[in-house]
Amino acid sequence: MLTEDVRLREGLKACMNCGVCTAVCPAAEFYDYDPRQIVAIVQRRDDREIEQLLRSETIWYCGECMSCRPRCPRGNTPGYVIQALRTLSQRLGYFVESEKGRQQLALKRLIGDNILRTGYCLTPRNILPELHPEQGAVWEWIYENDESIYGRFSECYGKEGAGALRKIDDESLAEISRIFEVSGGKAFYDTIEQHSERKAREMGYDGATEEYMMHTYTYNSENHY
Amino acid sequence: MRRASWQEYQKEIADNKYYYARSCIRQNFFPGSERAFLDILTNDLGVDIFDDPLHTSCTGIGYHSDVVPLETIMTVVARQFSLMAEAGYENFISSCITSFGIYNEVLATWEEFPETEERTRRYLREATGRELVKPRSIAHTSDIMFHHRHSIARRAKRRLVNLYTGESLRVVEHIGCHYAKIFPKSGIGGSEFPYVLAGMIEAWGGDVVDYPERRHCCGFGFRNYLVQANRGSSIANSHKKLESMAPYKPDFIVANCPGCAMFLDKWQYAISEMDGTTYGANGRGIPVLTYEEMAGLVLGYDPWELGMQFHQVDVEPLLDKLGVEYNPDAKYLGRDGKLIGRPRAVAVNGCGVELGLRR
Ligand code: SF4
Ligand code: SF4
Repeated sequence: MLTEDVRLREGLKACMNCGVCTAVCPAAEFYDYDPRQIVAIVQRRDDREIEQLLRSETIWYCGECMSCRPRCPRGNTPGYVIQALRTLSQRLGYFVESEKGRQQLALKRLIGDNILRTGYCLTPRNILPELHPEQGAVWEWIYENDESIYGRFSECYGKEGAGALRKIDDESLAEISRIFEVSGGKAFYDTIEQHSERKAREMGYDGATEEYMMHTYTYNSENHY
Repeated sequence: MRRASWQEYQKEIADNKYYYARSCIRQNFFPGSERAFLDILTNDLGVDIFDDPLHTSCTGIGYHSDVVPLETIMTVVARQFSLMAEAGYENFISSCITSFGIYNEVLATWEEFPETEERTRRYLREATGRELVKPRSIAHTSDIMFHHRHSIARRAKRRLVNLYTGESLRVVEHIGCHYAKIFPKSGIGGSEFPYVLAGMIEAWGGDVVDYPERRHCCGFGFRNYLVQANRGSSIANSHKKLESMAPYKPDFIVANCPGCAMFLDKWQYAISEMDGTTYGANGRGIPVLTYEEMAGLVLGYDPWELGMQFHQVDVEPLLDKLGVEYNPDAKYLGRDGKLIGRPRAVAVNGCGVELGLRR
């Protein structure tokens, strides 16, 4: 199943285990994470080992910066291998077995659902200052006065037309929605929800509720370094 | 030797007639930069650029958060391309590094695995009735600014020079990983010696700072920032860069990617709140600019019309060095000059000095 993903075919030819990818990897710098090892496991094609990987924390540390891609002497892309592993981990429902994997529910709801709702990955109204203290005092001011401030730069903030943060027209949103339907994007979202629902109940929540989602979004066991 | 390496990667950039794709991140955090880009191209340089109300997000942040599947983003990208063709354009330019990487990745994947292109065509037709037409060229908006840098220099109202000392300003440039690390040939200068911002800085009179972590990621890392529990990893990478550049005393940072510009600005705030450290002169942060803001200042645009009040680290020390005249009272006005209050003062702008917060 993994080899059906073109990113795996493109991202892994023959790895010689040199470790250059790990040396330049920003995630390896702060996490207990080693892309070289992941590539080595996938290269061995050992199903049991790969399944363990799909259930593990380690495939969720990569930031998909692709710094490893231009440096690999064999032309591999560990970041692509990670993307393929993450996709499969979600399709098979294994992602809920790790703390970092469970966060996919928060990403699906915060970013994924926003795309279908607004046509954007992010919009000012969903960058809530209480969830983003690092955004600082200026962001609080912008958030509180969004119409007036964005109005200085865009004729159509929240309205249809051409310009920054325009409201995307209903027909375009309907096209995006049909694209998600036809190409499997919606089914993928549903898969994330279903497995999260199962896991949430197993963990004693009343299903994949807002409370469970916020738990995945905020909880850090500090066991990752 | 180094210069020669920079020259190795040259790419064709169209002179005119661009289809403009906006960026989610840039619209949210730098709406003035997107407007300035259009104003500079249209009003200063007389170039034809189309701002299409019909395009959407490329869904790139969702894709790199691994919630949007490859097949889906390919079809969304195909829709953007078909909108471009329908509007009568063939040079696609994107205002975001994440999107730019996505567009290049999708085109390369279609090339390498033709069955994926066929599948995308089918999905697009079925979902929208549109036909995929591939662009003749793809460029990032900074490529366009780079391409026109000498015309901008000829129209310059000021250069990147310190008014008080007469010396060139020291500028840290940050390229953003997805500009050239995914497809080195698609970025000016490739992945090791990207020249896109350095070329602008040099053309406008500044000095480019070389420092050890120049190529390091800003730390965004998608899920590593987007999920609150993971943000330690994001700030740690920005911290590493800031520590590495600080000894070179940059006058400002200019970033290629809207995400990087935002993180290098906001994480300076967070670091100063956490342990009192600031990286610029006089206990303040280092201002972080977009290349549109840099170009706008060179061309004499008003900093508040460029949207520089969106920054958490104050830009006024830089404006003073450049000799930019500005009205401090206009900074925090809302639409139609309305008074809407101002953000509270914070340590990264020197407000902790009197309180003894600085270490
Ligand atoms: S840099 Fe390439 S060859 Fe070396 S360990 Fe990483 S993937 Fe394997
Ligand atoms: S893409 Fe992932 S594995 Fe590669 S360098 Fe970036 S964080 Fe590391």
